[in-house]
Amino acid sequence: MALDFSQIIPALPGLADGMALTLKLLVMAVGGGVVLGTLLALARLSDNLLLSRLAKWYVNYFRSIPLLLVISWFYLVVPMVLSWITGDLTPVGAFTSCLVAFVMFEAAYFSEIVRAGIQSISRGQINAAYALGMTYSQAMRLVILPQAFRKMMPLLLQQSIILFQDTSLVYAVGLMDFLNTARSKGDIVGLPHEFLLFAGAVYFVISFGASQCVKRLQKRLAV
Amino acid sequence: MNYHWDWGIFFKSTGVGSEIYLNWFVSGLGWTIAVALAGWIIALALGSVLGVMRTLPGKLLPAIATAYVELFRNVPLLVQLFIWYFLVPDLLPTPLEMWFKQGISPATSAYLSVVVCLGLFTAARVCEQVRTGIQALPRGQNNAALAMGFTTAQTYRFVLLPQAFRVIIPPLTSEFLNIFKNSSVASLIGLMELLAQTKQTAEFSANIFEAFTLATLIYFVLNMSLMGFMAWVEKRVRIPGMMGGSK
Repeated sequence: MALDFSQIIPALPGLADGMALTLKLLVMAVGGGVVLGTLLALARLSDNLLLSRLAKWYVNYFRSIPLLLVISWFYLVVPMVLSWITGDLTPVGAFTSCLVAFVMFEAAYFSEIVRAGIQSISRGQINAAYALGMTYSQAMRLVILPQAFRKMMPLLLQQSIILFQDTSLVYAVGLMDFLNTARSKGDIVGLPHEFLLFAGAVYFVISFGASQCVKRLQKRLAV
Repeated sequence: MNYHWDWGIFFKSTGVGSEIYLNWFVSGLGWTIAVALAGWIIALALGSVLGVMRTLPGKLLPAIATAYVELFRNVPLLVQLFIWYFLVPDLLPTPLEMWFKQGISPATSAYLSVVVCLGLFTAARVCEQVRTGIQALPRGQNNAALAMGFTTAQTYRFVLLPQAFRVIIPPLTSEFLNIFKNSSVASLIGLMELLAQTKQTAEFSANIFEAFTLATLIYFVLNMSLMGFMAWVEKRVRIPGMMGGSK
């Protein structure tokens, strides 16, 4: 089997569009996932038993089912349920469905990282904040979270790299991300193998490069 | 929009042969387990070898194992699956290629691809756990074994690995659970495992909500029972007096 990579060059603008969608999804999912994950971690660590139980269940639940199943839920089932409630029949769209699925799913993983980060801050910090007359939210926002996030940055980034690879699962709902674009372009010109290998190489270079940077960051942050 | 709630749907006929929908879920779960277990055997065997390689003295063997881990960890699982399913068969020698494409059923060829894919993918992760487990042991263990005249192979076989594997049972458990969850990608190359059967049930019966609820429950229960099983294993093999495991 002879491989012919020359056809990839004319397809590059299309592939770049696919990569743009992948990255857009990634950035929005990481943003949403970290925010929701932080809220979950705070709920988990709160003194309110109900909140803490709920957060624990949320995390256990999402960690025990496959991401593809979550994507299917939010693509097939949730829009249907929403349309009963609102009576509005406009479709939600594959991108929104996937984005919500990723945010909900990744929040469970991010929340465990954030929780570990918060717990690694010494108790004296929060006591000192209270002693200075800060409220809970001030203590968290101004004292604990800034320190915790600095500590857990490498882990959050590592999880984001995993998420970057997982975005390729939107293939299941036909969203034209980088992988799906490469597959369809390859099929059109009759060179599916070349385009598939190219896509794999691009994912590898980005993930590998990013994780090397994270490793370096980790070394610099290490005390 | 009128949705027809029917939680009894799983006991109704699918209209295909004499099957009820529950049969589909059972067969889907069967495929999911078959994929995960076969993949896990490959992952555990290869991952252990690679993990040992990464801790060996010398340069070449650790470098090979490191390259393997980086390669398989940085390419998305779905891309790897497509490579095994669509690309690799074309690279095989002609008789083998014909066997893969025509000699066996589509379900078998999809099954083989996904087992190899998940096995090699998970091996990279197992390798890292095994390496961590070995490196977490006190250096004295290795030195003492060598001082007693053990060869390198004996040191690993009798001293390092039995301890390392016990230490890494919790992270290995999560990899073991991951392989069950990851096996759902097989639905994207047409293997009728649990997720694919769920989608088919949703399409045939239009009882989308019930179908996905049952699938979610099955994954949840499967996950919880495997976790319980692994906790039991961990307790069984624990060395008294080590790792907080007083007995």
